[in-house]
Parts: sequence; C-alpha cells; structure tokens
Amino acid sequence: MLRALKLEPEKCTGCLQCEMACSYENEGVFNPAKSRIKVFTFHQEGRFAPYTCTQCEEAWCLHSCPVEAIVINAETGAKEVLDNVCVGCKVCTIACPFGTVNYNQDSGKVMKCDLCGGDPWCAKACPTGAITYVDVDSTGLDRMRAWAQQSPAGPATHVEPRPKEIATYNRAQ
Amino acid sequence: MHHIIIGAGPTGVVAAETLRKLDAESQITIIGDEPEAPYSRMAIPYLLINQIDASGTHLRKTGGHYADHNIEVRQDRVARVQPERKNLSLQSGSDVSYDKLLIATGSRPVSPPVPGIDAPGVHACWTLQDARDIMQRAQAGAKVVLMGAGFIGSIILEALAARRTDLTVVEMEDRMVPRMMNAVAGGLIKAWCENKGVKVLTSTQVEAIESGQPMTVRLNNGNTLAADLVIAATGVRPNIDFLEGSGIRTDYGVLVDTQLATSAADVYAAGDVAQGLDFSTGQYTVQAIQPTAADHGRIAASNMAGRTQTHRGNLNMNVLDTLGLISSSFGAWMGVEGGDSAELLDAERFRYLNLQFEDDRLVGASSLGLTEHVGVIRGLIQTRVRLRGWKQKLMQDPTRVMEAYLANTLAIGHNAGVV
Repeated sequence: MLRALKLEPEKCTGCLQCEMACSYENEGVFNPAKSRIKVFTFHQEGRFAPYTCTQCEEAWCLHSCPVEAIVINAETGAKEVLDNVCVGCKVCTIACPFGTVNYNQDSGKVMKCDLCGGDPWCAKACPTGAITYVDVDSTGLDRMRAWAQQSPAGPATHVEPRPKEIATYNRAQ
Repeated sequence: MHHIIIGAGPTGVVAAETLRKLDAESQITIIGDEPEAPYSRMAIPYLLINQIDASGTHLRKTGGHYADHNIEVRQDRVARVQPERKNLSLQSGSDVSYDKLLIATGSRPVSPPVPGIDAPGVHACWTLQDARDIMQRAQAGAKVVLMGAGFIGSIILEALAARRTDLTVVEMEDRMVPRMMNAVAGGLIKAWCENKGVKVLTSTQVEAIESGQPMTVRLNNGNTLAADLVIAATGVRPNIDFLEGSGIRTDYGVLVDTQLATSAADVYAAGDVAQGLDFSTGQYTVQAIQPTAADHGRIAASNMAGRTQTHRGNLNMNVLDTLGLISSSFGAWMGVEGGDSAELLDAERFRYLNLQFEDDRLVGASSLGLTEHVGVIRGLIQTRVRLRGWKQKLMQDPTRVMEAYLANTLAIGHNAGVV
C-alpha cells in the first residue's frame, strides 16, 4: 500500500520541528534553509501551512529533467533526485508548478522530498499531528478533487518505476 | 504499423518511449544523424567543466535501454520527405516508408554573416563534437571570444570562465539575455559577470575574424581582440530545410495544430522544430525549451498511437546560472498591455523579482537570485488562479508568491480546501 504525507495546516503551530528534522536527516545540519519541507506563515490570519512535494502523478520535475536524474522509487512512489546524475541545470525547479524542487547552491544539485525512503522524519518530528504519513487511499479523494478543480491537465507519466536501494533510518543509530 | 521519428534529442526519445508504452507491437525507429547515443545538449556546459563525461549527457543511462524497449536507433540523415507516398529518402541512399512520422529535428546554430566565420578556430557550441573541439582550445589562459550573450551564450559563459580562459563576451544587443530579462536584470547580470573577471561588451558587433595564431577579431567600435578560440552563439533556427518541396507547411518552424499534427496526413512535429501553441500569447511559436520539448514529444506520440490528446499550450520559461547568479523568467515577463507589475530590486545583493499581472492573475515574472520555490510562479500563472486580495499583498511584497499560491489554490495535495 502506497503511503503519502498528509498535511493539515489547521493543526500546525509553526514550531518548525519538521524543517529541523528534515535538514538534519537529509543534509546533516540543523538548517531550515536546507529543509525539503517548509512551513509558510500567514501572520494576518495567524496560520501556518507545512508544505512539501506531494509526489504528484504528473511528475513535472521528472519529465522536465534532461538527463534522467529524477526517478520514481517503486516502493514509496517518491520522485527521487539521483545526486550522481543531476547536473544542476535547474529546469525541474521552474517546471514544478508547486515550487517544491529547490536548487542547493552548496551542492550544485537540486533537492526535493523523497519521503526519507518510506519513513519521513518530518512526520515523526511533528508534535501536533499536522504532518502524518498515511495510506494514500485515505487521502485520495481530496487529492483527486483538488486536481480536478485546479490543475491544467497534465500529460500521462511514461517512465517505468524502477527499483532503487532504500535507505533505512533508525533513530537509535 | 511503423512509427518513424526523425531526431534523437529529448523530444524524439520521449516520443518513442511514449509510443512503446501505448503500443507494444508497432515498429518504432528513431533516425538521428549524430554518431552518439541520444544525448542532451543541455548537459554540454557540465561536460565542458568535466563535471560529467560524455555518458553523463546521455538521455537514458541504462545500457540497452532502446533495445529493451524494442526501439531502433538508426544513424542516418533524412534528405527528403514524400508525404503522399509516406516515404523518406535517406542520405545513405536507401528509402524507408512509414505509417506515422514525427519530425523532431530540433534546431541548429545560425552562422552569423561575418567574414572569417568559417575559420578553423571558430566553433558553435551545439553538438558533443563541438564540445570536444572547444575543450581542446579552451585551455587555461586561452583567449576566448564568445559571440552572443543570449541564453545559450550565457550558459556556455560559465563553463568557459570555469576553465580559466581569458574570456570576452560580445553581444549585439544592449544587455545580456535580452529575450529573457529586462534592462534592469540584464544589466545586473552583466555587472555580476564583470565583477567575476569576464569582459562583457554589449551593443557591440563582430565585423570580421582574421585567421592567424592568434586570430584577430575586429569589432564595430574599431577595437580588435586577439583570440585562440571564437565561439559563435548567435542564435538557433529550426531544422526544416529538408522539408522543402515536401508540401509540409512551415513558417519559422513546422506549423502544427493542437494535436501537433502538421499539414500532411499522419505527419506530426514536436519540440524545437515545431511552432506550437504558447500558453501566454495564444500564438504559435517555437519556444525551444526542454519542458516544451518533452511535453510535445508525449502529446504527439499519444496522438500517433491513436489516443487523442490536445495540446493546451506551453508556458515559455527559462532558468539560467551565470557564474552563480541564478535568473529565471516565465510567460509574459515583459508585461501585458493594461496590466500591473510589482518589482523588488536589491542591486547590491543582485536580487530582483518582477511580477506581471493581468487583472488579478499572475501572467509573467522574472527573477535574479531566487532559488527557493521558484516553480510556484509557473503554478500561479498556469492555473490562472485569481489572486483576489493576494494581488495587493504581492504588489507590496512580491517574494510571497508561495504564500499567495497556498492561500488561493486547492491544488496542494492532501491539504485540499483547508488553507
């Protein structure tokens, strides 16, 4: 069963634990600027919205890549950046209409959420349940409705999923 | 059923793969004229700085990819297309017939009308072979003159500077990347490059190149430059010459409809050679960008396989890295008549963001130094979302594009309807 990140802004307090966990687990530093999940602040409304890649079916980033550096993880469904293949051309950063692929000037590569290989740290770090990792089916209707209403029709995906080594993360280590 | 695709670039390869996915049985042939595995020209700058080798430019990395998908990649060149007979004449002398044809021949560099442009030390930077030739001459300390500071010239610029050449850029227009950036942003890019030790001559033209060791490059301002290598990056044109006499209608590129079908039955065109629908203007233009090439390839292939897909128009957009200064432009970045704009400029830090609105919709943007969430600009433009109160907020602080998007759309996956 594929799982997905469920983001519920109304539960978010803006504590940024998710950004800290993401940047530490993926980049080895506590630096929100290196986080693949971002909490956006709406001061006037007193609201916060955690936001990251939804691993969308359209996979705009993957299709725009000129060197096949973004692939689908067959187990998690995540669209993953292969660092050793990415040349840093940044086309995916403008192609992703959700703004969730960012260029990392230090590494010269792009970065995006890869669901931590199936064990996303943002969800584990969130103290209020605003970020949970749940079965896709339980959120599927919302997702389909959202797309039907707002998205320009995307072309069908065509790249076959391929098996990829999955990194496992263990808090004890 | 035999599908033939002319052109082994991203469009051709994406189209072949799409066809195979939709149709397991048909014969699929890609005809490309370069003696290389299908590769990406976009990766060439990274080859020039030895970040990757030639295999790093390849469009598909898995050995045997094409054979595994039963896609034949044939090295040849199509000399003539006869749509009424569904026949192609190849330069090798043979003929081949097709049931459905895709023209995905891309574009080629324009040779500027300058005396001496054919001298041995003058190169375009377009093919892998060009890259190999350039790498031979562009050694540390070599005097290099780069003609053209458009998108392609500016991308090569970084690689030439990284190779520690003594680089001078000569651009005819009054600023760098004139078709992607306005005077403010183009001027900042020029200042940035000059700060990094690259000489940039705008509003300047090369009048002649005289052979010698080194060559002498004569400029219209009366000055001359010594050059061990001259690179001509003065624009590209669609490869349509071979269609002459075929009856297939062309203008600047091959004319296509919203199915990417040409004027000839069962002949389609896609990618840099096709004059396709532009999302912003509603006009049919050649965009010559990677995302459009890939979209065209998929849609054309789907229609070739009998599954009708309508092209809704691609948003023109570009992203460029000049010596670490990242710029991007989207859609109607120059604005529209009767529209409004918001501009944020921090010249000292080389930061710039310009948003263009029509009514309360975002229709274009250009930026310098913006790498976070830049893609959401595409999302805002392409969903045609009404910004309502957020337009005023963006007029005051254009950097809040991501918040504007989240607050105004439901297209945030599982968040639907919450924010």
